[in-house]
Amino acid sequence: MSEALAIKDPFGKATTGKLGMWLFIIMDGLSFGGLLIGGAALRAAAPSWPNPGELLNIPLTGFNTFLLICTSFTMVMALNSLEKGSQSGLKKYLALTMAGGILFLGIQVYEYSHFILGSPELTHNLAAAGFAEATNFLPSTGIYAAVFYATTCFHGLHVLSGVIYIGCILYASNQGRYSADDTDHIEILGLFWHFVDLIWIFVFTVIYLI
Amino acid sequence: MSEHHEQSFWAQYIFSQDHKTIGKQFLWLGLFFLLFGGFQALLIRWQLAYPEQPVPWWLFGKLLFSETAGIIDPDKYNALFTMHGTIMIFWAITPLLIGAFGNFVIPLQIGAPDMAFPKLNMISFWTMFLASIVLLASYLLPEGTAAGGWTSYPPLSTPVGGIAGEGQTLWTLALTLAGTSTMMGAINYIITVVRMRAPGMTYFKMPLTVWGLWLTSILNAIFVPVIAAGLILLLLDRTIGTQFFVAGGLATVEGGDPLLYQHVFWIFGHPEVYILILPAWGIVSDLLSVFSRKPAFGAKVTAICMSTIVVLSSIVWGHHMYTTGMSPLLGKSFMFLTLLISIPSAIFFLNWLGTMWRGNLHFDPPMLFAMAVLWVFGLGGLTGLYNATITADIYLHDTMFVVGHFHYTMAASVLFGGLAAIYFWFPKMFGKKMNPLLGKIHFWASFIPLNYVFFNMMVLGYAGHHRRIYNPSEYEFLKPIIGLNESITLFAIILGVAQFVFLFNFIYSMVKGEKAEANPWNATTLEWTLEGPIPHGNFATTPTVYNGPHEYSNPAVKDRDWIAQSEPMPT
Repeated sequence: MSEALAIKDPFGKATTGKLGMWLFIIMDGLSFGGLLIGGAALRAAAPSWPNPGELLNIPLTGFNTFLLICTSFTMVMALNSLEKGSQSGLKKYLALTMAGGILFLGIQVYEYSHFILGSPELTHNLAAAGFAEATNFLPSTGIYAAVFYATTCFHGLHVLSGVIYIGCILYASNQGRYSADDTDHIEILGLFWHFVDLIWIFVFTVIYLI
Repeated sequence: MSEHHEQSFWAQYIFSQDHKTIGKQFLWLGLFFLLFGGFQALLIRWQLAYPEQPVPWWLFGKLLFSETAGIIDPDKYNALFTMHGTIMIFWAITPLLIGAFGNFVIPLQIGAPDMAFPKLNMISFWTMFLASIVLLASYLLPEGTAAGGWTSYPPLSTPVGGIAGEGQTLWTLALTLAGTSTMMGAINYIITVVRMRAPGMTYFKMPLTVWGLWLTSILNAIFVPVIAAGLILLLLDRTIGTQFFVAGGLATVEGGDPLLYQHVFWIFGHPEVYILILPAWGIVSDLLSVFSRKPAFGAKVTAICMSTIVVLSSIVWGHHMYTTGMSPLLGKSFMFLTLLISIPSAIFFLNWLGTMWRGNLHFDPPMLFAMAVLWVFGLGGLTGLYNATITADIYLHDTMFVVGHFHYTMAASVLFGGLAAIYFWFPKMFGKKMNPLLGKIHFWASFIPLNYVFFNMMVLGYAGHHRRIYNPSEYEFLKPIIGLNESITLFAIILGVAQFVFLFNFIYSMVKGEKAEANPWNATTLEWTLEGPIPHGNFATTPTVYNGPHEYSNPAVKDRDWIAQSEPMPT
């Protein structure tokens, strides 16, 4: 009787925690969507919009993008190692992913500090991008700067959360919490981290490239 | 389960992960802010009826407005209606309907041991608590709390050209925190309903209360992240000098757009009214069935109609912005979509009447409040048609008509739905009975003044009374209706006093009330099958669900007129 009453679950074997993370990712994606679409609306209505290439350091951020994609790879390798039963592989790849995330943040901080402190080169670039009298590029410099800082900083906070999250999981890995039969926490962490990567591709495209 | 061991006081009552305790915490928070917001409403009414006269001692006039000898000055008045709206929507009815009953009822009604993520549930409440502290802290600022209206439109809310002081900053921060709490709750409720239903509990066997709360959570999950993004931008405008929402002569850089804020606000804000009312609709659909001793008429159709409204509600936000100069074509599209909502609403409204038709009606307090929802929601819904129609709305926009309409749907329908829920689930929450006579007195002393107040607000609006003016007696065309303003205030005070009957009943019953039996209402849903105080983990054995939630007066069941969802139907 009870078998006939058993509920068909459309989400198959996905654990409850994983469903929760998927839902969170959808919601977080909507927040990013709000920011990106809001930015696009402001851009569509703005009288002028600078060419990002004249102002932002595209090669540096291009490297940062490449770095973040690499950390997605190391995250997959962390899970793969655990599934093969390699605890050391899990820890190694988690640490590499975390290091990649920290380096990404470091480069972002370097980029911000360069904009905030100013330099003759920046002044020159700002003039080329249409900010004739500005000596540094601040959130108050213009609507483009506001969109730039709001979007990249919101993403940066996600990377920071991700780094802390990986740190917690790495700590638990050190205690031997996970095994080849118990990979759920790693998979959920992976979902979040891949999402942060994926959304960066959008942010990079919208803010830096077009 | 491992949860049955002895817990410390802190783990059991303060940082509890039990959905029932968290539900009660949200209930207390909501009731506190309900009183707070209600008190502010009386101060607003005082100013509108007796402008610039000292507030009397029984409204703490001298204490609150000591610098002006008890007179509410314009800045304080702005702060009053701003915080009344903010608190009632986000700190009173949201915690009451979604926080308290979402938490308490969902796991019990679907036969689950707890929420899917108990720890997240606890964090959700404490985030809300933190948000409350931030909100209340704004009162301590030298220039006072936020005063840009509950919608906080720029430029009122932006530092450039806005209202002085940092109250608005704390308001924005508090709302972002409250939104974070709501998002955590939404994840929990959705996943709990998807994953934790007892065997046999198919979607269409779920009580409509769970349907309402679940659909609300889906709307929350989609739209709170969007307003969160908007609030973050507003916060940046206020703190680090961006100018997203500043334009024209106020702006130092080109390109900001105050209308963008309005769009973002209402993309969330219109679904928000359905977020608030869907739980009430669900609760009313179930309660009418319980107290009519009849199956809910067209329960499946009601669920489908509520789902349809969830979809429609997300594409109608523009009807709040008819007067912002939008393209007439766009306006007409929004008008058409908005009017379309009346079809599913009318269908389940008729289903409610169908449930009561020839039923064996029991007029217990929960039923009275549920029936009152029919009346006030009917009026609120019908007056919504005027606001949805561009031609009428251009005249009615920003008048007291909108205030009356909005309160009929929110303050009346949602609040009465919440009160019905409190009277109904009180025996399960606290194991005691509430006094039914006091409940009935509370009902009539609320229902009559409430209708007087909000109906006549619409009359005021029709006469051209703007919703936010400080002193109506300064306007020649409003002088003839100052008497109406006075009588509304009188009835508002009666309405306020009536709530003390409820408060007394609530606290007295909790302390000294008669012990309630397990199923005082002879209801069918799973929570009533549990005896005595429900332990952490709820059901000793996971129930199996055989019947729908509305099996009343089924002829197959002998010697009583109901059968629990977990009892096999006799053959």
